[in-house]
Amino acid sequence: MSAVPLHMGLLLAGILFLLGLVGVLTRRNVLFMLMSIEIMVNAAGLAFVVGASRWMQADGQVMFLFILAMAAAEVSVGLALIVQMHRQHKSVDINVLERLRD
Amino acid sequence: MTVYHLIWLIPTLPLAAFLILAVFGGSRKVAALLGTVPVGLSALLVIWTAVTYLSVPPAGHGFSEVLWTWFTIGNFSPAIALYLDPLSLVFLFVITFVGFFILLYSTEFMAKEEGFSRFFAYMNLFVFSMLVLVLAKDMLLLYLGWEGVGLSSFLLIGFWYKDAQDAGQNAYAARKAFLVTRIGDTALILGLFLLLQDFGTLDIPHILQAAPGTWQPGSSRAVWATILLLGGAVGKSAQLPLQTWLPDAMAGPSPVSALIHAATMVTAGVYLLARTHVLFSLAPVVQLIVAIIGAATLVIAAFSALAQKDIKRVLAYSTMSQIGYMFLALGVGAWSAAVFHFMIHAFFKALLFLGAGAVILAMDHEHNMFKMGGLRKKMPLVFWTFLFGAGALAALPLVTAGFFSKDPILWFAMASVKGSFWLWLAAFVAALATSVYTFRMVFVTFFGRQQKEVHYRPGIRIRIPLVVLGVLSLIAGWIQMPASFGHFTPFSDFMETLLPPAVMAGVPAGLEGWLEIATAVIALLGVYLAWQFYVKTPVAVYRFKQTTVGARIYRFLAAGWGFDTLYRVLIVQPVVWLARVDKRDFTDRIYEGVGMLNLWLGRLFGRAQNGRLRGYAFGIVLGAVIVMTLILFL
Repeated sequence: MSAVPLHMGLLLAGILFLLGLVGVLTRRNVLFMLMSIEIMVNAAGLAFVVGASRWMQADGQVMFLFILAMAAAEVSVGLALIVQMHRQHKSVDINVLERLRD
Repeated sequence: MTVYHLIWLIPTLPLAAFLILAVFGGSRKVAALLGTVPVGLSALLVIWTAVTYLSVPPAGHGFSEVLWTWFTIGNFSPAIALYLDPLSLVFLFVITFVGFFILLYSTEFMAKEEGFSRFFAYMNLFVFSMLVLVLAKDMLLLYLGWEGVGLSSFLLIGFWYKDAQDAGQNAYAARKAFLVTRIGDTALILGLFLLLQDFGTLDIPHILQAAPGTWQPGSSRAVWATILLLGGAVGKSAQLPLQTWLPDAMAGPSPVSALIHAATMVTAGVYLLARTHVLFSLAPVVQLIVAIIGAATLVIAAFSALAQKDIKRVLAYSTMSQIGYMFLALGVGAWSAAVFHFMIHAFFKALLFLGAGAVILAMDHEHNMFKMGGLRKKMPLVFWTFLFGAGALAALPLVTAGFFSKDPILWFAMASVKGSFWLWLAAFVAALATSVYTFRMVFVTFFGRQQKEVHYRPGIRIRIPLVVLGVLSLIAGWIQMPASFGHFTPFSDFMETLLPPAVMAGVPAGLEGWLEIATAVIALLGVYLAWQFYVKTPVAVYRFKQTTVGARIYRFLAAGWGFDTLYRVLIVQPVVWLARVDKRDFTDRIYEGVGMLNLWLGRLFGRAQNGRLRGYAFGIVLGAVIVMTLILFL
């Protein structure tokens, strides 16, 4: 079985992570921020899976299952918050939430 | 098993009462019962012990019992041990017996006060500490009691610390008493260190036995140790120069003044000196100082009492003056005369304070006796018992106990080898002042025109103590008669196994009789003068106060010879100034700087909390990058 070399897999994971990060830092729409976070989480998961296949260990795959569960939980909470935010502020612009500072 | 083995119960009963009251409190009824009954049982136990002691004295005229060893450091292992001998027996009797009646009186006197069970808890703590003080075989245990009475005195002077009107003053008086006596306590503990260094133990009988062999008479060690012991005694007994706390201590309730600041605690100094009389005999210089301090205090206090308006302050100065008499007796080597005067003084001074308390209660907490007047008809029982006490204080001849206890002191001040004409003269002049101020108080309070309605008539629990102490003030003197009255001396015979009789100088025979007549005459003269100036022609006193010189003298005496002002200028103000200067010194600046830095940093980082979520995310990323860089490259 011709495996994907380790460095290629990690590079892809890194690129995905950076894409997600830039998305979080630059987007103002909360929905897009949430999606970017999902990308980052999945990038981390990809790194685990690549590591697992390189060393032929099941730990990485197990870790990915945990990450999936965590991501599902996170998304449910995040979406609920966004719904609330939209109801109260009539907007999904993250800068509107600045007023929560005080 | 004799009763001697039960003496540990004497202090334990009040201690138990204190602990129960302090932990559980209790209703007024429970507190009154728990506050008085244990001390009453102790008193019965003391009387039983005394009867046993008189019939079958223990071997060596002293009974000691080691309960347990307190702690051990090297060779030094002070014991929790009790020691019973004639001296401690007399003190035990006064503390428990007079204490019981004062507590009984308090159950009625304090009935309407807030903190009723707190009061009885403190009082029992005091009785316990005082009993430990006089029963202790070891100096360190004595010191424990010494500090315990100081603490309970502080707590009780400031008992009314919540009173809206003069709460600040009461708390101030309590602090003042505590701090001033602390000076003496510090001297005492230093004295104990000296004793420990020289004798290797603080066991009192051991020290007293070993002292003549260890110290040369008049050696510097003996002088220093006794000077320091004297310092402690002077602080506790309100003698010159640490006397200023006692008049202010009258801020406490009247039963407290009666028990602590008249009958027992303030005489702890007398006890200490009598207990260590062997040491003082080895330091004749210090003994002379004791006599001079006593003589100076008794004169100063007696004249201060002449100008007081507050009935309790008159009694406070008179207490100082009477303890001055005891110190004078100790100074001239008349040990048992001092202890005898202590006992009689405890009876009549407690009586006077209780009487004054009853009057103050009746007058709705009015202390100024010039606003009372004419109470003789309204409160006959208080008047008559107060009169008995006043007679004893003024040492009216033959009929009162005070005469039989004070007269020997004057005699020994003159006739002992350590006495002199000047000491006698001071005591003699002060005796006149004593008689005048005592009857000034009686006449102003109970005679003349009534100025205020009587609000409260004393009930049975106030009357019983007054009557018992009143009777004792009259008859207790008969257990010690001077040579010219049949020479009936069971008291000094009783003390003789412990306290040696005074060494007499060769004075002409028959002088004692003449001096007695002189003392008797001067006491009566004082009563006459008080009658003349405060009942018949009060205008004369008023006119005297109107003149410039008269007003100045009056103010000077009323302020207790200006000692408070002197100490404020000499000690309090410099210390306060120093504290204020010291507040801004270098060390404080460092810690102030740390505080300022944190405040500044806090304000700086506080800006980071701007509410921009993306900013926070960026901060997290930046932090993670920095941490990873550090991990990778360091």
